[in-house]
Amino acid sequence: MSIKIALAGNPNCGKTTMFNDLTGSNQFVGNWPGVTVEKKEGRLKGHKDVIITDLPGIYSLSPYTLEEVVTRNYIIHEKPDVIIDLVDGSNIERNLYLTTQLTEMGIPVVIALNMMDIVEKNGDQIDTRKLSQALGCEIIETSAIKGRGSKEAAERAIQIAREKSKTPHQHTFAEPVEQALASIEELIADRVPAESIRWFAVKLFERDEKVLAELSLPAALKSQAEDIITQCESQLDDDSESIITNERYEYIAGLISRCVRKKKTGLTTSDKIDKIVTNRWLALPIFAVVMILVYYISVSTIGDIVTNFTNDTLFGEWIAVPLESWLTAIGTQAWLIGLITEGIVGGVGAVLGFVPQMLVLFLFLCLLEDCGYMARVAFIMDRIFRRFGLSGKSFIPMLIGSGCGVPGIMASRTIEQDRDRKMTIMTTTFIPCGAKMPIVALIAGALFGGAWWVAPSAYFIGVAAVIVSGIILKKTKRFAGEPAPFVMELPAYHIPTVGNVLRGTWERGWSFIKKAGTVILLASIFVWFTKSFGMVGGSFGMVEDMDHSILAAIGSLIAPIFAPLGFGNWQSSVATVLGLVAKEEVVSVFGVLYGVAGDALEMVEQGAFGGLGSIAGHFTALSAYSFLIFNLLCAPCFAAIGAIKREMNNAGWTWFAIGYQTVFAYTVALIVYQLGLFISGGGFTLWTFVALLLLAGYLYLFFRKGYQGKQSLPVRSVKAASKA
Amino acid sequence: MKTLRQTKCGETVTVRKLAGEGPLKRRIMDMGITKGTPLYVRKVAPLGDPVEITVRGYELSIRKGDAENIVVE
Repeated sequence: MSIKIALAGNPNCGKTTMFNDLTGSNQFVGNWPGVTVEKKEGRLKGHKDVIITDLPGIYSLSPYTLEEVVTRNYIIHEKPDVIIDLVDGSNIERNLYLTTQLTEMGIPVVIALNMMDIVEKNGDQIDTRKLSQALGCEIIETSAIKGRGSKEAAERAIQIAREKSKTPHQHTFAEPVEQALASIEELIADRVPAESIRWFAVKLFERDEKVLAELSLPAALKSQAEDIITQCESQLDDDSESIITNERYEYIAGLISRCVRKKKTGLTTSDKIDKIVTNRWLALPIFAVVMILVYYISVSTIGDIVTNFTNDTLFGEWIAVPLESWLTAIGTQAWLIGLITEGIVGGVGAVLGFVPQMLVLFLFLCLLEDCGYMARVAFIMDRIFRRFGLSGKSFIPMLIGSGCGVPGIMASRTIEQDRDRKMTIMTTTFIPCGAKMPIVALIAGALFGGAWWVAPSAYFIGVAAVIVSGIILKKTKRFAGEPAPFVMELPAYHIPTVGNVLRGTWERGWSFIKKAGTVILLASIFVWFTKSFGMVGGSFGMVEDMDHSILAAIGSLIAPIFAPLGFGNWQSSVATVLGLVAKEEVVSVFGVLYGVAGDALEMVEQGAFGGLGSIAGHFTALSAYSFLIFNLLCAPCFAAIGAIKREMNNAGWTWFAIGYQTVFAYTVALIVYQLGLFISGGGFTLWTFVALLLLAGYLYLFFRKGYQGKQSLPVRSVKAASKA
Repeated sequence: MKTLRQTKCGETVTVRKLAGEGPLKRRIMDMGITKGTPLYVRKVAPLGDPVEITVRGYELSIRKGDAENIVVE
């Protein structure tokens, strides 16, 4: 008989460490159905028939956050055989708050009292025997980080699951609340499973909308329950939800005073570190140094070297070249060689080329997260970023995005709030990445005579796009939602464990390869096909000259769309489309299509703009700048789109993100081009009017009052407010 | 009526009441800020917001806007 163990606990309580310790390499990482919350499962080492599910780290079981709803639904509907509740012994009071909720659900609970090494080091004493008696469940002292006790906790859990023993809830609330709960239990006794009746009674008392909807009670019963609740509310002068929360903490405070003896000491090491690291004056300089270091190593030096190596040497010379000669030697058709070397290897290479750099970056992110500095990053930067609907933690994705958007988007994983994370994913690629720099250099060199301000202006446009988008998007219905207070735990600093960091690094890299790979592969094959095939001399086949390709035909077809932006020729359209493969392609393609002698990309990199006159001839300064704006802001390369898809984990959101970026790029380029044309004496045309209209539209979206959500407050809030 | 927002660094106060409702109030209370809980204001972020408080033996970062909902004495 297989046994399902659920691992539950607060964030930062060492759950991941224990999960890794118990399951080793037998893990499957996925997502909870339908949501972006990550789901991890694994088999217990040495027990093939025991599956451990790592539930999201949560503080409570309220109906208000995705993670909490996922957890409670899992426990109620999937009914694990036993729950191992991880309690951080060094932060026992708040951790037990979740325990009081878990023990009501009718599933046997084993408490793993974790971080005992820190408790001992601090000189605190916890009377586990007394605590265990009071809570009605077994307590095993553990220190996951030291590998102590985890196995025993699991063994004990299995034993309890086999015995099918129950954990009856033991804690009691104040008399009026208990009476109300007892009456509600009576009302619903034949409608819910007997073992979880306490849970349902509490949830009904709290007027939990999700549970109410699930139970679909008859109206008469509901109004009876409502009477009980209102009576209790008026007696205790608070709303029912707050009454329960208060009661839980009251109960815990009583328990703590009996079972825990804290040795009052001075500052802990963590406090001392924090005194310096988030010091009013030193915090920002330290932050800057840490960020520069992360950026310098993962983007400029090691990151850049490994990316160039995988792209040029590994995939270019070591794989593509021998593969091509081998395929030629065995007499493969030319088109198949093209498909394999350019389409597939080139495509896969485009994905894998980023992986080493991503691994380097993820290593740093895991380190920062594991040691506790990441929460401080949010603490330090929150004030700036929340104005644009972003989180303090959005700083890291944006910073990394200036090197490469792919790891930048993946770095958004550290943002807990769903809304902030999505917003960060959508705006990160506005920051010009390394691959967009050749486009900037080309335009600056060939059309602006190497003017110094073009490159900084590209960054300015990127940052402005992030800010403007943030403000506009956070006012839309899609992002409005429930206001979430930004209350965040600042966990104690500790030395990161090697295993955790390496595993976290690999997990992120692998999930990118898996999820993003398919998108990039398919897209690369499509682009390769349309680029290499076309109609020549009345017959369909491979074309030498890109002018005759399907892509060129598509380019001419879509070129008129770009006419209002000032670059309505097919070459620019083709370059833009190929920019989706990799942004620096735009420059190479220009070179090919405009008949530049030599490699345009190399010439730009060497600053030899003299040979690029044929490109310059097709643009005016204004249309070139408009082209630059569009290419900086529009949908990113396929690799980044793949990363967006991975992080959004939802096709609708992915399309929304890409669509928004492209529409935003188009309209901004149009406004700049048309108004520029008007100012420089081009006369007032219909398009000038359109540009003004769009500008007015943006100003409206920017300054309007945001979407407010439902205005009618639920009954209970009105009551609570009138009491205030 | 004094709120947590007006509390100075280094002060220890006790929660008297929580304003607001629904998810906002629940989240603050879930983190252990309930009636009668002592709060120690530890520091203010370098840019002036949020603030770091010690509650029930751990550190919590809370925005001044949210701190306004916490009436203290």
